Amino acid sequence: MAGLITMDDLTNEEILTILDEAERLLPVAKGKLYLPLLQGRILGNLFFEPSTRTRMSFETAMKRLGGDVVNLGDVKTSSVVKGETLFDTIQMVDGYTDIIAMRHPRQGAAQYAQDSATVPILNGGDGAGHHPTQTMLDLFTIRQAHGKLDGLKVVLAGDLRYGRTVHSLSHALTRFGCELIFASPEILKMPTEIISDLSVHGAKITETEDLYSMIGDADVVYMTRIQKERFSDEDEYARCAGAYKLHADHLADVKANMIIMHPLPRVDEIDPSVDSTRHARYFEQAFNGVVARMALLCKLLGVTVPEDVNSAGGAL
Amino acid sequence: MSNEHSMRRVTAIRNGTVIDHIPCGQSLTVLEMLGVTGSTSVPVSLVMNVPSKKMGSKDIIKVEDRELNQGELDRLALVAPDAHVAIIRAYSVAEKLTINLGEEVVNVVKCAMSNCITTNLREPLPHRLKVVSQDPLELRCHYCGRPQALNELVDNVL
Repeated sequence: MAGLITMDDLTNEEILTILDEAERLLPVAKGKLYLPLLQGRILGNLFFEPSTRTRMSFETAMKRLGGDVVNLGDVKTSSVVKGETLFDTIQMVDGYTDIIAMRHPRQGAAQYAQDSATVPILNGGDGAGHHPTQTMLDLFTIRQAHGKLDGLKVVLAGDLRYGRTVHSLSHALTRFGCELIFASPEILKMPTEIISDLSVHGAKITETEDLYSMIGDADVVYMTRIQKERFSDEDEYARCAGAYKLHADHLADVKANMIIMHPLPRVDEIDPSVDSTRHARYFEQAFNGVVARMALLCKLLGVTVPEDVNSAGGAL
Repeated sequence: MSNEHSMRRVTAIRNGTVIDHIPCGQSLTVLEMLGVTGSTSVPVSLVMNVPSKKMGSKDIIKVEDRELNQGELDRLALVAPDAHVAIIRAYSVAEKLTINLGEEVVNVVKCAMSNCITTNLREPLPHRLKVVSQDPLELRCHYCGRPQALNELVDNVL
Protein backbone atom coordinates (compact mmCIF):
# COMPACT_ATOMS: atom_id res chain seq x y z
CA MET A 1 0.00 0.00 0.00
CA ALA A 2 1.48 3.29 -1.13
CA GLY A 3 -0.58 5.79 0.78
CA LEU A 4 -4.10 6.65 1.91
CA ILE A 5 -5.77 8.94 -0.61
CA THR A 6 -9.39 7.77 -0.46
CA MET A 7 -11.19 5.09 1.55
CA ASP A 8 -10.95 2.88 -1.54
CA ASP A 9 -7.32 2.34 -0.56
CA LEU A 10 -8.42 0.23 2.43
CA THR A 11 -10.45 -2.98 2.49
CA ASN A 12 -13.05 -3.44 5.22
CA GLU A 13 -10.76 -6.00 6.82
CA GLU A 14 -7.86 -3.53 6.83
CA ILE A 15 -10.11 -0.85 8.34
CA LEU A 16 -11.11 -3.16 11.19
CA THR A 17 -7.49 -4.22 11.79
CA ILE A 18 -6.36 -0.57 11.96
CA LEU A 19 -9.20 0.23 14.40
CA ASP A 20 -8.11 -2.72 16.58
CA GLU A 21 -4.53 -1.43 16.54
CA ALA A 22 -5.75 2.07 17.39
CA GLU A 23 -7.61 0.61 20.35
CA ARG A 24 -4.43 -1.03 21.61
CA LEU A 25 -2.53 2.26 21.25
CA LEU A 26 -4.92 4.22 23.50
CA PRO A 27 -2.60 4.17 26.58
CA VAL A 28 0.26 5.42 24.38
CA ALA A 29 -1.93 8.22 22.96
CA LYS A 30 -2.92 9.22 26.48
CA GLY A 31 0.72 9.41 27.56
CA LYS A 32 0.43 6.55 30.04
CA LEU A 33 2.82 4.27 28.18
CA TYR A 34 6.00 4.89 26.17
CA LEU A 35 6.15 2.84 23.00
CA PRO A 36 8.67 4.27 20.48
CA LEU A 37 7.55 2.20 17.49
CA LEU A 38 8.42 4.98 15.04
CA GLN A 39 11.75 6.06 16.53
CA GLY A 40 14.03 7.39 13.81
CA ARG A 41 11.16 8.05 11.40
CA ILE A 42 10.21 11.53 10.21
CA LEU A 43 6.75 12.75 9.24
CA GLY A 44 6.44 15.70 6.85
CA ASN A 45 3.40 17.82 7.68
CA LEU A 46 2.36 19.72 4.54
CA PHE A 47 -0.71 21.80 5.27
CA PHE A 48 -1.43 24.21 2.44
CA GLU A 49 -4.78 25.04 4.11
CA PRO A 50 -5.54 25.96 7.72
CA SER A 51 -5.76 23.02 10.11
CA THR A 52 -5.80 22.66 13.86
CA ARG A 53 -6.88 19.13 14.77
CA THR A 54 -5.58 17.21 11.78
CA ARG A 55 -2.11 18.79 11.82
CA MET A 56 -1.73 18.68 15.60
CA SER A 57 -3.03 15.14 15.96
CA PHE A 58 -0.66 13.89 13.25
CA GLU A 59 2.19 15.60 15.07
CA THR A 60 1.09 14.22 18.45
CA ALA A 61 0.65 10.73 17.00
CA MET A 62 4.15 10.73 15.52
CA LYS A 63 5.78 12.08 18.67
CA ARG A 64 3.93 9.73 21.03
CA LEU A 65 5.39 6.88 18.99
CA GLY A 66 8.92 8.26 19.27
CA GLY A 67 9.09 9.71 15.76
CA ASP A 68 9.82 13.25 14.65
CA VAL A 69 7.98 15.82 12.55
CA VAL A 70 9.00 18.54 10.12
CA ASN A 71 6.41 21.14 9.16
CA LEU A 72 5.93 23.18 6.01
CA GLY A 73 4.84 25.95 8.35
CA ASP A 74 2.87 28.91 7.14
CA VAL A 75 2.34 28.67 3.38
CA LYS A 76 2.85 32.43 3.17
CA THR A 77 6.47 32.04 4.24
CA SER A 78 7.26 29.00 2.08
CA SER A 79 8.33 28.73 -1.56
CA VAL A 80 4.69 28.12 -2.51
CA VAL A 81 4.14 31.90 -2.64
CA LYS A 82 7.08 32.13 -5.06
CA GLY A 83 5.15 29.91 -7.45
CA GLU A 84 6.65 26.52 -6.60
CA THR A 85 4.57 23.68 -8.02
CA LEU A 86 3.17 20.96 -5.79
CA PHE A 87 5.31 18.50 -7.76
CA ASP A 88 8.52 20.33 -6.83
CA THR A 89 7.49 20.74 -3.18
CA ILE A 90 6.81 17.02 -2.95
CA GLN A 91 10.15 16.14 -4.60
CA MET A 92 11.91 18.07 -1.85
CA VAL A 93 9.92 16.82 1.14
CA ASP A 94 10.05 13.28 -0.24
CA GLY A 95 13.80 13.41 0.32
CA TYR A 96 13.53 14.80 3.84
CA THR A 97 10.93 12.45 5.29
CA ASP A 98 9.64 8.88 5.54
CA ILE A 99 5.94 9.73 5.20
CA ILE A 100 3.90 12.83 4.37
CA ALA A 101 0.58 14.08 5.77
CA MET A 102 -0.92 16.66 3.46
CA ARG A 103 -3.86 19.04 3.19
CA HIS A 104 -4.40 21.08 0.05
CA PRO A 105 -7.21 23.36 -1.20
CA ARG A 106 -7.41 21.62 -4.60
CA GLN A 107 -9.19 18.35 -5.28
CA GLY A 108 -6.94 15.56 -6.48
CA ALA A 109 -3.86 17.11 -4.87
CA ALA A 110 -3.26 14.08 -2.64
CA GLN A 111 -3.30 11.64 -5.56
CA TYR A 112 -1.11 14.03 -7.52
CA ALA A 113 1.34 14.14 -4.61
CA GLN A 114 1.32 10.35 -4.33
CA ASP A 115 2.14 10.05 -8.03
CA SER A 116 5.03 12.49 -7.47
CA ALA A 117 6.43 10.84 -4.32
CA THR A 118 8.22 7.68 -3.28
CA VAL A 119 7.07 7.91 0.36
CA PRO A 120 3.45 7.25 1.40
CA ILE A 121 1.03 10.20 1.36
CA LEU A 122 -1.71 10.49 3.98
CA ASN A 123 -4.51 12.65 2.60
CA GLY A 124 -5.51 15.12 5.30
CA GLY A 125 -8.10 16.72 3.01
CA ASP A 126 -8.00 17.76 -0.66
CA GLY A 127 -10.42 20.60 -1.41
CA ALA A 128 -13.96 19.29 -1.27
CA GLY A 129 -12.71 15.81 -2.17
CA HIS A 130 -11.74 13.29 0.50
CA HIS A 131 -10.56 13.15 4.10
CA PRO A 132 -9.91 9.46 4.82
CA THR A 133 -7.88 9.87 8.02
CA GLN A 134 -10.83 11.77 9.51
CA THR A 135 -13.05 8.88 8.45
CA MET A 136 -10.82 6.44 10.31
CA LEU A 137 -11.17 8.40 13.55
CA ASP A 138 -14.91 8.77 12.90
CA LEU A 139 -15.25 5.01 12.48
CA PHE A 140 -13.19 4.49 15.64
CA THR A 141 -15.54 6.81 17.56
CA ILE A 142 -18.68 5.11 16.21
CA ARG A 143 -17.38 1.64 17.03
CA GLN A 144 -16.29 2.80 20.46
CA ALA A 145 -19.86 3.94 21.19
CA HIS A 146 -21.87 1.18 19.51
CA GLY A 147 -19.45 -1.75 19.57
CA LYS A 148 -19.93 -2.27 15.84
CA LEU A 149 -20.03 -0.44 12.52
CA ASP A 150 -22.47 -2.50 10.53
CA GLY A 151 -26.18 -1.86 10.21
CA LEU A 152 -26.30 1.50 11.99
CA LYS A 153 -28.58 4.37 11.05
CA VAL A 154 -26.46 7.47 10.50
CA VAL A 155 -27.67 11.02 9.84
CA LEU A 156 -25.13 13.23 8.05
CA ALA A 157 -26.15 16.88 8.23
CA GLY A 158 -25.01 20.28 7.02
CA ASP A 159 -22.68 20.96 4.12
CA LEU A 160 -22.77 17.70 2.20
CA ARG A 161 -21.78 19.33 -1.08
CA TYR A 162 -18.37 20.64 -0.11
CA GLY A 163 -17.82 18.59 3.07
CA ARG A 164 -14.95 16.20 2.40
CA THR A 165 -15.41 14.49 5.77
CA VAL A 166 -18.92 13.36 4.88
CA HIS A 167 -17.83 12.30 1.38
CA SER A 168 -15.26 9.85 2.73
CA LEU A 169 -17.40 8.76 5.70
CA SER A 170 -20.47 7.97 3.61
CA HIS A 171 -18.37 5.72 1.34
CA ALA A 172 -17.04 3.81 4.35
CA LEU A 173 -20.40 3.52 6.13
CA THR A 174 -22.02 2.20 2.96
CA ARG A 175 -19.44 -0.57 2.82
CA PHE A 176 -20.43 -1.56 6.36
CA GLY A 177 -24.13 -1.69 5.46
CA CYS A 178 -25.22 1.43 7.33
CA GLU A 179 -28.42 3.28 6.44
CA LEU A 180 -27.65 6.90 5.54
CA ILE A 181 -29.83 9.98 5.94
CA PHE A 182 -28.46 13.05 4.17
CA ALA A 183 -29.91 16.25 5.70
CA SER A 184 -28.87 19.48 4.02
CA PRO A 185 -30.16 22.71 2.48
CA GLU A 186 -31.03 22.17 -1.19
CA ILE A 187 -27.90 23.91 -2.52
CA LEU A 188 -25.62 21.85 -0.26
CA LYS A 189 -26.93 18.39 -1.18
CA MET A 190 -24.55 15.46 -1.53
CA PRO A 191 -23.05 15.55 -5.07
CA THR A 192 -24.93 13.35 -7.54
CA GLU A 193 -21.80 11.40 -8.51
CA ILE A 194 -21.32 10.38 -4.87
CA ILE A 195 -24.98 9.36 -4.51
CA SER A 196 -24.56 7.37 -7.71
CA ASP A 197 -21.39 5.64 -6.44
CA LEU A 198 -23.02 4.82 -3.11
CA SER A 199 -26.11 3.43 -4.85
CA VAL A 200 -23.93 1.11 -6.96
CA HIS A 201 -22.66 -0.31 -3.65
CA GLY A 202 -26.23 -0.91 -2.47
CA ALA A 203 -26.56 2.08 -0.16
CA LYS A 204 -29.89 2.79 1.48
CA ILE A 205 -30.12 6.59 1.32
CA THR A 206 -32.72 9.16 2.30
CA GLU A 207 -32.25 12.81 1.31
CA THR A 208 -34.07 15.52 3.24
CA GLU A 209 -33.90 19.15 4.33
CA ASP A 210 -35.62 18.31 7.61
CA LEU A 211 -32.91 17.28 10.05
CA TYR A 212 -34.93 17.34 13.26
CA SER A 213 -37.54 14.79 12.20
CA MET A 214 -34.78 12.30 11.27
CA ILE A 215 -32.83 12.08 14.53
CA GLY A 216 -35.43 10.16 16.58
CA ASP A 217 -34.29 6.66 15.59
CA ALA A 218 -30.72 7.51 14.53
CA ASP A 219 -27.69 5.80 16.06
CA VAL A 220 -25.34 8.58 14.98
CA VAL A 221 -25.97 12.23 14.08
CA TYR A 222 -22.95 13.67 12.28
CA MET A 223 -23.12 17.47 12.08
CA THR A 224 -20.90 19.56 9.80
CA ARG A 225 -20.16 23.23 9.43
CA ILE A 226 -21.41 25.27 6.48
CA GLN A 227 -17.99 26.15 5.10
CA LYS A 228 -17.89 29.81 4.19
CA GLU A 229 -14.50 29.41 2.54
CA ARG A 230 -15.93 27.04 -0.11
CA PHE A 231 -18.48 29.56 -1.41
CA SER A 232 -17.61 31.93 -4.24
CA ASP A 233 -20.95 33.73 -3.80
CA GLU A 234 -21.43 35.36 -0.38
CA ASP A 235 -25.19 35.70 -0.90
CA GLU A 236 -25.45 31.96 -1.48
CA TYR A 237 -23.55 31.36 1.77
CA ALA A 238 -25.82 33.77 3.65
CA ARG A 239 -28.90 31.88 2.42
CA CYS A 240 -27.84 28.60 4.01
CA ALA A 241 -25.62 29.67 6.93
CA GLY A 242 -27.21 28.64 10.20
CA ALA A 243 -29.55 26.18 8.48
CA TYR A 244 -29.27 23.76 11.42
CA LYS A 245 -28.78 24.53 15.09
CA LEU A 246 -28.93 21.38 17.14
CA HIS A 247 -29.98 22.24 20.70
CA ALA A 248 -30.36 20.03 23.79
CA ASP A 249 -34.13 20.57 23.48
CA HIS A 250 -34.09 18.60 20.22
CA LEU A 251 -32.77 15.51 22.02
CA ALA A 252 -35.72 14.68 24.26
CA ASP A 253 -36.92 11.70 22.21
CA VAL A 254 -33.72 10.33 20.71
CA LYS A 255 -32.25 6.89 21.40
CA ALA A 256 -30.36 6.71 24.70
CA ASN A 257 -27.16 5.56 22.99
CA MET A 258 -27.35 7.94 20.02
CA ILE A 259 -24.13 9.90 19.62
CA ILE A 260 -23.61 13.35 18.13
CA MET A 261 -20.38 13.85 16.21
CA HIS A 262 -18.75 16.80 14.46
CA PRO A 263 -15.36 17.02 12.72
CA LEU A 264 -14.96 20.52 14.25
CA PRO A 265 -14.55 23.43 14.20
CA ARG A 266 -18.21 24.18 14.85
CA VAL A 267 -19.78 27.60 14.39
CA ASP A 268 -23.37 27.48 15.60
CA GLU A 269 -24.65 24.13 14.25
CA ILE A 270 -24.36 22.53 17.71
CA ASP A 271 -25.48 24.65 20.62
CA PRO A 272 -23.22 24.47 23.73
CA SER A 273 -26.26 23.10 25.60
CA VAL A 274 -25.60 19.79 23.83
CA ASP A 275 -22.04 19.54 25.21
CA SER A 276 -23.12 18.31 28.63
CA THR A 277 -25.57 15.69 27.31
CA ARG A 278 -24.70 12.00 27.14
CA HIS A 279 -24.94 12.21 23.35
CA ALA A 280 -22.07 14.64 22.73
CA ARG A 281 -18.97 12.86 21.40
CA TYR A 282 -17.19 15.50 19.35
CA PHE A 283 -14.40 16.21 21.80
CA GLU A 284 -13.63 12.50 22.31
CA GLN A 285 -13.84 12.23 18.54
CA ALA A 286 -11.14 14.91 18.19
CA PHE A 287 -8.92 13.04 20.67
CA ASN A 288 -9.45 9.83 18.72
CA GLY A 289 -7.65 11.52 15.84
CA VAL A 290 -4.43 10.77 17.67
CA VAL A 291 -4.92 7.00 18.04
CA ALA A 292 -6.40 6.56 14.58
CA ARG A 293 -3.47 8.42 13.04
CA MET A 294 -0.96 6.51 15.18
CA ALA A 295 -2.32 3.26 13.79
CA LEU A 296 -2.32 4.64 10.23
CA LEU A 297 1.28 5.86 10.51
CA CYS A 298 2.33 2.40 11.68
CA LYS A 299 0.37 0.71 8.90
CA LEU A 300 1.84 2.87 6.12
CA LEU A 301 5.38 2.64 7.51
CA GLY A 302 5.12 -1.15 7.74
CA VAL A 303 5.47 -1.21 11.53
CA THR A 304 3.55 -3.86 13.45
CA VAL A 305 1.60 -2.76 16.51
CA PRO A 306 2.28 -5.36 19.25
CA GLU A 307 -0.70 -7.40 20.46
CA ASP A 308 0.32 -6.64 24.03
CA VAL A 309 1.46 -3.02 24.10
CA ASN A 310 1.80 -3.03 27.88
CA SER A 311 4.57 -5.65 27.73
CA ALA A 312 6.23 -4.00 24.73
CA GLY A 313 6.11 -0.48 26.14
CA GLY A 314 7.67 1.17 29.12
CA ALA A 315 6.74 3.72 31.73
CA LEU A 316 7.20 7.37 30.86
CA MET B 1 -29.69 3.02 -50.04
CA SER B 2 -26.29 1.36 -50.13
CA ASN B 3 -23.16 2.47 -48.37
CA GLU B 4 -21.50 2.82 -51.77
CA HIS B 5 -24.18 5.24 -52.83
CA SER B 6 -23.73 7.19 -49.60
CA MET B 7 -20.02 7.51 -50.22
CA ARG B 8 -20.71 8.98 -53.66
CA ARG B 9 -22.32 12.01 -52.04
CA VAL B 10 -18.80 13.40 -51.96
CA THR B 11 -15.99 12.68 -54.38
CA ALA B 12 -13.14 10.29 -53.67
CA ILE B 13 -10.05 11.93 -52.24
CA ARG B 14 -6.55 11.47 -53.55
CA ASN B 15 -4.67 11.69 -50.27
CA GLY B 16 -5.91 12.12 -46.71
CA THR B 17 -8.14 10.47 -44.12
CA VAL B 18 -11.65 9.07 -44.27
CA ILE B 19 -13.53 8.67 -40.99
CA ASP B 20 -16.56 6.47 -41.48
CA HIS B 21 -19.22 5.12 -39.12
CA ILE B 22 -19.34 8.22 -36.95
CA PRO B 23 -22.48 8.21 -34.77
CA CYS B 24 -25.18 10.45 -36.25
CA GLY B 25 -24.73 14.08 -35.32
CA GLN B 26 -21.23 13.61 -33.89
CA SER B 27 -19.25 14.66 -36.96
CA LEU B 28 -19.12 18.33 -35.99
CA THR B 29 -17.86 17.32 -32.55
CA VAL B 30 -15.26 15.07 -34.19
CA LEU B 31 -14.03 17.96 -36.33
CA GLU B 32 -13.83 20.19 -33.26
CA MET B 33 -11.86 17.59 -31.30
CA LEU B 34 -9.48 17.13 -34.24
CA GLY B 35 -8.95 20.86 -34.41
CA VAL B 36 -10.46 21.11 -37.92
CA THR B 37 -11.98 24.57 -37.86
CA GLY B 38 -13.28 27.11 -40.35
CA SER B 39 -9.77 28.45 -40.72
CA THR B 40 -8.33 25.09 -41.79
CA SER B 41 -6.86 25.35 -45.29
CA VAL B 42 -7.26 21.69 -46.34
CA PRO B 43 -10.46 20.61 -48.13
CA VAL B 44 -12.90 18.89 -45.75
CA SER B 45 -16.02 16.99 -46.81
CA LEU B 46 -18.72 16.07 -44.36
CA VAL B 47 -21.94 14.16 -44.81
CA MET B 48 -24.45 13.70 -42.02
CA ASN B 49 -27.30 11.29 -41.41
CA VAL B 50 -26.59 9.02 -44.38
CA PRO B 51 -28.11 5.50 -44.27
CA SER B 52 -25.93 2.71 -42.90
CA LYS B 53 -26.62 -1.03 -42.81
CA LYS B 54 -24.66 -1.38 -39.59
CA MET B 55 -25.76 1.73 -37.73
CA GLY B 56 -29.06 2.73 -39.33
CA SER B 57 -27.57 6.10 -40.15
CA LYS B 58 -24.17 7.65 -39.71
CA ASP B 59 -21.88 10.60 -40.44
CA ILE B 60 -18.76 10.52 -42.63
CA ILE B 61 -15.81 12.92 -42.78
CA LYS B 62 -13.10 13.16 -45.42
CA VAL B 63 -10.08 15.34 -44.71
CA GLU B 64 -7.76 15.84 -47.65
CA ASP B 65 -3.97 15.96 -47.43
CA ARG B 66 -3.91 15.10 -43.74
CA GLU B 67 -3.23 11.73 -42.09
CA LEU B 68 -4.44 11.23 -38.52
CA ASN B 69 -1.79 10.25 -35.99
CA GLN B 70 -2.28 8.12 -32.86
CA GLY B 71 -2.86 11.14 -30.64
CA GLU B 72 -5.67 12.29 -32.89
CA LEU B 73 -7.12 8.79 -32.92
CA ASP B 74 -7.17 8.87 -29.11
CA ARG B 75 -9.28 12.02 -29.29
CA LEU B 76 -11.59 10.45 -31.83
CA ALA B 77 -12.09 7.50 -29.50
CA LEU B 78 -13.80 9.76 -26.99
CA VAL B 79 -16.70 10.72 -29.27
CA ALA B 80 -16.73 8.01 -31.96
CA PRO B 81 -15.14 4.88 -30.52
CA ASP B 82 -16.57 2.62 -33.26
CA ALA B 83 -15.58 4.82 -36.18
CA HIS B 84 -13.54 3.33 -39.04
CA VAL B 85 -10.49 5.31 -40.06
CA ALA B 86 -8.76 4.81 -43.39
CA ILE B 87 -5.65 6.58 -44.64
CA ILE B 88 -5.91 7.25 -48.36
CA ARG B 89 -2.89 7.54 -50.64
CA ALA B 90 -3.24 7.89 -54.42
CA TYR B 91 -6.98 7.18 -54.23
CA SER B 92 -6.42 3.81 -52.50
CA VAL B 93 -6.77 2.71 -48.90
CA ALA B 94 -3.17 2.57 -47.71
CA GLU B 95 -3.89 1.85 -44.01
CA LYS B 96 -6.85 1.03 -41.81
CA LEU B 97 -6.39 2.41 -38.32
CA THR B 98 -7.89 0.93 -35.20
CA ILE B 99 -9.38 3.10 -32.50
CA ASN B 100 -8.74 1.79 -29.03
CA LEU B 101 -9.82 3.83 -26.06
CA GLY B 102 -7.83 1.67 -23.64
CA GLU B 103 -8.01 1.99 -19.86
CA GLU B 104 -6.82 5.56 -19.61
CA VAL B 105 -6.74 8.69 -21.79
CA VAL B 106 -3.48 10.52 -21.18
CA ASN B 107 -2.79 14.15 -22.14
CA VAL B 108 -5.73 14.32 -24.54
CA VAL B 109 -8.31 16.13 -22.41
CA LYS B 110 -7.89 18.04 -19.15
CA CYS B 111 -10.23 17.60 -16.18
CA ALA B 112 -13.29 19.83 -16.33
CA MET B 113 -13.32 20.59 -12.61
CA SER B 114 -12.15 24.14 -12.03
CA ASN B 115 -10.64 23.26 -8.63
CA CYS B 116 -8.76 20.14 -9.76
CA ILE B 117 -5.00 20.22 -9.05
CA THR B 118 -4.36 19.76 -12.79
CA THR B 119 -5.84 23.19 -13.59
CA ASN B 120 -2.49 24.64 -12.53
CA LEU B 121 -0.89 24.42 -15.96
CA ARG B 122 2.61 24.59 -14.47
CA GLU B 123 2.14 21.24 -12.73
CA PRO B 124 4.16 18.79 -14.84
CA LEU B 125 2.38 15.45 -14.38
CA PRO B 126 0.15 14.32 -17.29
CA HIS B 127 -3.59 14.89 -17.50
CA ARG B 128 -5.13 11.45 -16.93
CA LEU B 129 -8.74 10.39 -17.37
CA LYS B 130 -9.62 6.83 -16.36
CA VAL B 131 -12.03 4.94 -18.60
CA VAL B 132 -14.58 3.62 -16.11
CA SER B 133 -16.95 2.36 -18.81
CA GLN B 134 -16.71 2.31 -22.61
CA ASP B 135 -20.43 1.85 -23.29
CA PRO B 136 -21.86 4.15 -22.14
CA LEU B 137 -18.69 6.18 -22.11
CA GLU B 138 -17.73 7.21 -18.57
CA LEU B 139 -14.46 8.93 -17.79
CA ARG B 140 -13.17 10.17 -14.45
CA CYS B 141 -10.17 12.28 -13.58
CA HIS B 142 -7.41 10.08 -12.17
CA TYR B 143 -6.55 12.71 -9.60
CA CYS B 144 -9.83 14.21 -8.32
CA GLY B 145 -12.20 11.45 -9.43
CA ARG B 146 -14.72 13.79 -11.04
CA PRO B 147 -16.85 12.30 -13.86
CA GLN B 148 -16.45 14.14 -17.18
CA ALA B 149 -19.47 14.94 -19.37
CA LEU B 150 -19.19 14.56 -23.15
CA ASN B 151 -19.65 18.29 -23.83
CA GLU B 152 -16.92 19.00 -21.26
CA LEU B 153 -14.53 16.69 -23.10
CA VAL B 154 -14.91 18.72 -26.26
CA ASP B 155 -14.35 21.97 -24.38
CA ASN B 156 -11.25 20.68 -22.62
CA VAL B 157 -9.28 19.06 -25.41
CA LEU B 158 -5.60 19.87 -24.98
